[in-house]
Amino acid sequence: MTQDPLSSIIATEDQMLEGGWEMIVGLEVHVELATKTKLFSGSPNRFGDEPNTNIDPVTLGLPGALPVLNKQAVELAMRIGIALNCNIQPCIFHRKNYFYPDMPKAYQISQYDIPLNIDGFLILPSGTRIGVERAHLEEDTGKSTHVGGATGRIHGSDYSLIDFNRAGVPLVEIVSRPDIRTSEHAKEYVAELRAILEVIGASDAKMEEGSMRVDANVSVHKPGTMFGTRCEIKNVNSIRALGRAIDYEARRQIDVLDSGGTIRQETRHWDDAEGRTHTLRVKEDADDYRYFPEPDLVPLAPSAEWVQAVRDNLPMLPAARRTALSALTGYDTQSEAVIVVVERGQHDYVQAVVDAGGDAVRALIYVQQGFADAGPVPAVPAADLAKLTILERDAKLSATQAKTVLAELVEHGGGDAAAIAAAKGFEAMDTSAVEAMVDEAIAADPGAWAKYMAGDEKASGAIVGRVMKASQGKADGKIVTAIMQSRRPSA
Amino acid sequence: MSTSGTPISAADVAKVARLARLDIDEAHVVHFAEQLAKVMGHFSDIDALDLSGVGPMTQPFPLVNVLREDVEQPCLDTDEVLAAAPSSDQRRFRVPPIIGLDD
Amino acid sequence: MATIPTTASAIAAAIASKQITAREVIDSYLAQITARETDIHAFNLVTADAARAHADAIDADIAAGRPIGPLAGVPIAFKDNMCTHGIETTCSSKILEGWKPPYDATVVSRLRDAGAVMVGKTNLDEFAMGSSTENSAFGPTRNPLDTSRVPGGSSGGSAAAVAAGFAPVSLGSDTGGSIRQPAALCGVVGVKPTYGLVSRYGLCAYASSLDQIGPFATTVADAALITEAIAGHDVMDSTSIPQPAPALVASVTQGVAGMRIGRVTDLPAGAEPEVIARLNEAFTALEAAGATIVDITLPSLSYALTAYYLIAPAEASSNLARYDGVRYGLRVNAVDTNSMYGATRAAGFGDEVKRRIMLGTYALSAGYYDAYYGKALKVRRLISEDFERAYAQVDVILTPTSPVVAFPFGDKVDDPMAMYLCDIYTIPTNLAGHPAMSVPFGTGAHGLPVGIQVLAPALGEAPMFRVGGALEQAAGGVK
Repeated sequence: MTQDPLSSIIATEDQMLEGGWEMIVGLEVHVELATKTKLFSGSPNRFGDEPNTNIDPVTLGLPGALPVLNKQAVELAMRIGIALNCNIQPCIFHRKNYFYPDMPKAYQISQYDIPLNIDGFLILPSGTRIGVERAHLEEDTGKSTHVGGATGRIHGSDYSLIDFNRAGVPLVEIVSRPDIRTSEHAKEYVAELRAILEVIGASDAKMEEGSMRVDANVSVHKPGTMFGTRCEIKNVNSIRALGRAIDYEARRQIDVLDSGGTIRQETRHWDDAEGRTHTLRVKEDADDYRYFPEPDLVPLAPSAEWVQAVRDNLPMLPAARRTALSALTGYDTQSEAVIVVVERGQHDYVQAVVDAGGDAVRALIYVQQGFADAGPVPAVPAADLAKLTILERDAKLSATQAKTVLAELVEHGGGDAAAIAAAKGFEAMDTSAVEAMVDEAIAADPGAWAKYMAGDEKASGAIVGRVMKASQGKADGKIVTAIMQSRRPSA
Repeated sequence: MSTSGTPISAADVAKVARLARLDIDEAHVVHFAEQLAKVMGHFSDIDALDLSGVGPMTQPFPLVNVLREDVEQPCLDTDEVLAAAPSSDQRRFRVPPIIGLDD
Repeated sequence: MATIPTTASAIAAAIASKQITAREVIDSYLAQITARETDIHAFNLVTADAARAHADAIDADIAAGRPIGPLAGVPIAFKDNMCTHGIETTCSSKILEGWKPPYDATVVSRLRDAGAVMVGKTNLDEFAMGSSTENSAFGPTRNPLDTSRVPGGSSGGSAAAVAAGFAPVSLGSDTGGSIRQPAALCGVVGVKPTYGLVSRYGLCAYASSLDQIGPFATTVADAALITEAIAGHDVMDSTSIPQPAPALVASVTQGVAGMRIGRVTDLPAGAEPEVIARLNEAFTALEAAGATIVDITLPSLSYALTAYYLIAPAEASSNLARYDGVRYGLRVNAVDTNSMYGATRAAGFGDEVKRRIMLGTYALSAGYYDAYYGKALKVRRLISEDFERAYAQVDVILTPTSPVVAFPFGDKVDDPMAMYLCDIYTIPTNLAGHPAMSVPFGTGAHGLPVGIQVLAPALGEAPMFRVGGALEQAAGGVK
């Protein structure tokens, strides 16, 4: 059986596409680095300024201008390399020669055969390991606006206007190995990458604003055969769009191949509104970039001490944060609650709630459910939330009551949980009152009770529901269940 | 590989002129091809050299890790820069429609 | 009015000691320009008004007792490929005609800070590509010693300006001999410093790994003085050597006693017999002055021309891609941007520039990189290693600067290879990144000047100037 040398990963049965096809996806992610200035000059790296104000001789490619490498950009690129488990190696810069009006020098300074970071990997929260071929430094282009014509798009425009504020902004291009086999994994990869980039302060990594740009190389083949011809999908502006674009493209390629056609290597544009990709340009021999070593720059060779210092100062990465949160709460690292809370950067807040005497599990769940839009540092003081978790844990409040109090806390940015509960008239019901309610519920639905008595646990729901309704949510579900169990003859 | 002695053809010149964005008429293509072929002919002298084990020299003076601090420097004056542009509009550089180029 | 001195050091001293005014100096040089520039065409632009204003400001400073720079009032001309803020910088190319840079080259600001007064921007072979200044889009420069002949190139305007007495000193750039060869042909001193000694920031690039700025002067001491003024680390140039400027003027008069001078026994042939005769006389003179002559070989030297004419055009093809009609310079309008590129660059560049762009594009293109550019980089290493071995035995090496004396216009202009061979002795230094200078040493055919080239290892400017000074002394006794 032949296996493609590019990747040894084989899709599991449930990852296969119908008809025995397997999709092969590799991602190229460009991220703008969060530096103050450009990669090779001192004009500001700032988004949203007046056009052509953040310009200097280097940015504009004026005759005589020379690049000088930004130390902070190198350091951020090293952080990325370390976070992605890459080898950081002595490297050089190359010129990639091509003409385009937003590329001031008609060449891009990039890295070619000897990049800074090589041979890394990223472990997805779900456990799959995706290889990272390289993560190299390069400069961004300016921005073109196409004017006139019906669409405002490049084709049919009357002319274009160029703003060079973005030209020279430092980028790191992170190239994955073609190890991705499902659109879910692609989305997970990008989400995890984004979380890492944010955590290490390398980039704000906003796909919508273009500070993180994802191109997907998609091909399909039958397992055991060489990889198929791939197409590069551009203009994917959200994680959701990425999943849709990959699924669409794989489907399109399979349809072409199933009907006896062939795939040509091309760049395709994702149209999110139409939900389809279309040809942008066909890759040709004319793509002759004439790479050669950039003579205006000298080699970059980070010392072992420098690499170690960057490593030592790296904050805890999302994977480690999930492990820590899992240890704190007992929830699995791959559980939704842990993944979501870490993704939102709220793990420290959960820890703070626990440190303030709160219950870990309830803290995690409250944060997951009640703080979706609260950011890494919710306005509700950790101590306030801690008190609420304790009220519920000690059965002073039912889960439903606690939820109501939580909503109040969120709305007002904190408060005394006990006082809110009192004001709402929430008080723990005494057990005898609950017992009476349970008996009433049994009497009202003898069928369900009979099933429950016969061992059907699911049947308990009907009884519990009646008690909750009767108590207006004040009864504690756990106590109700305990009473019901005490009524049932032990096996 | 030893192609230094290969004469450069008119087709090569035409292709290279396209890559370099130089409009050259046919007569000049032939003229340049002749001149470049003569020059390239001289350059075949290095074909005889044994260069195995010789590393490329990309730097005349060996420096490494030349870096600048991430500190803002003054920018150029937008008006002065745009005044030197062949065409500008809305404080941007204006170019004819972009077609026939990469994305 | 006191006599105007002819050297930069004497002018600076006379002005500082109030024997003459900066204005008197500049008026005298501007008068000489008025008298002969029409014949010579050394300049693309004479900045007479700005020069007078600058000189007046210096005189005002002196009168008020304010501090002045070490070169205060010294007239200087800049090759027109060095950016001067607000002052037209053309590289003698139609593609940059009328362009006023929004910034100064480092050498320009350093010399202004030292008090030097710019008199103008000098003519060159377009983008410094050539050996005769015939490739200027604005017409050739004529050799002041014989106006039917070329001044050499590419810095022909800067060499001619000094030879014609338009300025005591000037700056040129040297990629394969573009300072030394015109210095030899015009009978003046020309220096190419170690790669990285002088900042390239603001020098419109021809070939980035070979370009280096240096001075022209009438004396070796002046050349040392100007080298000192422009050398030293510049944070704007990543290839700038992080060291302060060396002291060089003192070396000029130190003599050569005890020095070992290399004679290349396998020097590529082709030099005129008179040129070889002057070279031999130079060895004799240095030996008489106390130096030892040591025979050395540089076996890879004969491949230098090939390596150079692959590397330089390759870098040039990339460096000159920025002239695309988008941000500055010429634009030829067309229906779309791609057509605009082709039309603009076809109209804006001259034939030699087009030839080198095509040659370089070819050498870098897919399938040819290893055979051409990659191989040339390896030959470059071989040549560098040859020099390394040689400099284990000698302090400096002596060769002719140019195989020929100044030649008539049109002699080589249609034969690129013949023109390229003018650089055969100067190119190896640029490949190695080493310093070298040309010192006038007698005359050759037609009574035209011959230059002797002194080569030294990286940062070997001090021994180079010692030998240069000794040659200058000895040249007084040569025909």
